Amino acid sequence: MTTTISGELTRPGLGGGFRDLRQSSFLLKLLVRKELKVRYRGSVLGLLWSYVKPAVQFLVFYVALGVFLGLERSARNPDGLSNYAVYLFSGIVLINFFSEALGNSARSIVNNGNLIKKIYLPRELFPVASVWVSAVHFFPQLVVLLIGCLVAGWHPDVFQLLAAVGGFAIVGFLATGLGLLFGAANVYFRDSENLVDMLLMVATWASPVMYSWTMVQAKLGPVVFAIYQANPITVGVELFHYAFWYPTTDGSAAMPPNLFSLWLPIGLVISLVVLALGQLTFRRLEGRFAQEL
Amino acid sequence: MANAIEVSNVSKEFVLRHTRSIKEAVVWLAKGRKGDLSKKFHALKDVSLMVETGETVALLGLNGSGKSTLLKHISGVMLPDSGSVYTRGRVAGLIEVGAGFHPDLSGRDNVYLNGAILGMTEKQINERFDAIVAFSEIGEFIDTEVKFYSSGMYLRLAFSVAVHTDPEVFLIDEILAVGDEPFQRKCIAKIQELAERGKTLVVVSHDLDLVSRICDRGVLLEHGNVMFDGPISEAVSRLRS
Repeated sequence: MTTTISGELTRPGLGGGFRDLRQSSFLLKLLVRKELKVRYRGSVLGLLWSYVKPAVQFLVFYVALGVFLGLERSARNPDGLSNYAVYLFSGIVLINFFSEALGNSARSIVNNGNLIKKIYLPRELFPVASVWVSAVHFFPQLVVLLIGCLVAGWHPDVFQLLAAVGGFAIVGFLATGLGLLFGAANVYFRDSENLVDMLLMVATWASPVMYSWTMVQAKLGPVVFAIYQANPITVGVELFHYAFWYPTTDGSAAMPPNLFSLWLPIGLVISLVVLALGQLTFRRLEGRFAQEL
Repeated sequence: MANAIEVSNVSKEFVLRHTRSIKEAVVWLAKGRKGDLSKKFHALKDVSLMVETGETVALLGLNGSGKSTLLKHISGVMLPDSGSVYTRGRVAGLIEVGAGFHPDLSGRDNVYLNGAILGMTEKQINERFDAIVAFSEIGEFIDTEVKFYSSGMYLRLAFSVAVHTDPEVFLIDEILAVGDEPFQRKCIAKIQELAERGKTLVVVSHDLDLVSRICDRGVLLEHGNVMFDGPISEAVSRLRS
């Protein structure tokens, strides 16, 4: 009998972390495509829902906050934010991306439990695919935002566009890191996903999406404001404001001090630390996924 | 000849936890850890198993004897508490076929998805796609969503993807009961063909006549211990006695 002996002895089941993702990029692509196909199955509007939902959400917030609570600048309300609609929506799209990415990745391991229990594959694929899917859903919202910006007279420079990329990266890293962390924890304690839901509710209001950062500084003083600014989502939202809203105004609005010299690097470092911690926790816990699920 | 699978002194203990909430765990801690929050259960006790490349091995035993757990250690789904597991070459499991199928995707999409889950590359799936469909006898239904498939069609397609992954080591768990009798015969013929081509097979099945036909070596497990390791006929007769 002729047998070919290929390769060395290896230990099965020991993941290589993110290195595995590059080798499994084809599988990652298929998982993302599956999610996108399955998401709106059997619905008449299909992918259009990705436009309709944020549009309605935006309208509700705009009428309630901008008009009723007076955040929009008008003749009778000169202290409001000019172009509040663009201000609001540029923050909402980023928060939506974060919420969807974290919410889905935190549930991804338990939801794919059937597969994880039976077949070995790099388990990081599931949270990462969830974040990826959210990024795809972010795209139509970005298109709507850009149309709104252009209507409002948007004229960005290259630096402002780079700021948007930076903001997106910070929030994406943070969501992936937290998604790995909570996704792994959810296998052991299903409380984890409720914790995430709560966290997401807080996250929407703990960054200047609906209101202006100046209100936080005025009410809470410099120390609390520094803590507030250290939140990577806050930095991401402010970068989005700088990229999409600021170029539509007359430039008289103040951006947070030291946004680029201090808070951007801090936000990026915190996000990357969370990503590293999430990955570390995930790798420590994943060996027991199959028996705990 | 080189070993394809080396399992050395593997022990595995399962903790059967009764709770999945933090609240109960905290209450338990607050009460001074009184009572049993969890129960321990030895699934494998100091199991060693060397399988040479090209061998066909059947894992036999009653329910709960640790056969499937051992298979999961070889595939990497589970990691041992102590001891070590090494494998050579690509290992693929025909473990519960269809685990990676999604009911809302078409047969075609599922072939790609499941093939990738089992470790095939895009190129390999493209090359083997026609063979997979032909073997499954699904024919024109390949572009129908699999939720409309009969259970037989579903299993045939899943099995077909799995046997076309072409790894060095095949792990087969209780899946030979797929489909009607003609298809079952076809599956067994395919598995025998793989064995003749020098693939390493590890089979878990309660169908003793079937494993006697496919495998040369039998390993008898009982409560996580290896009771017997030798020719299949002797292992089967021991289990029957």
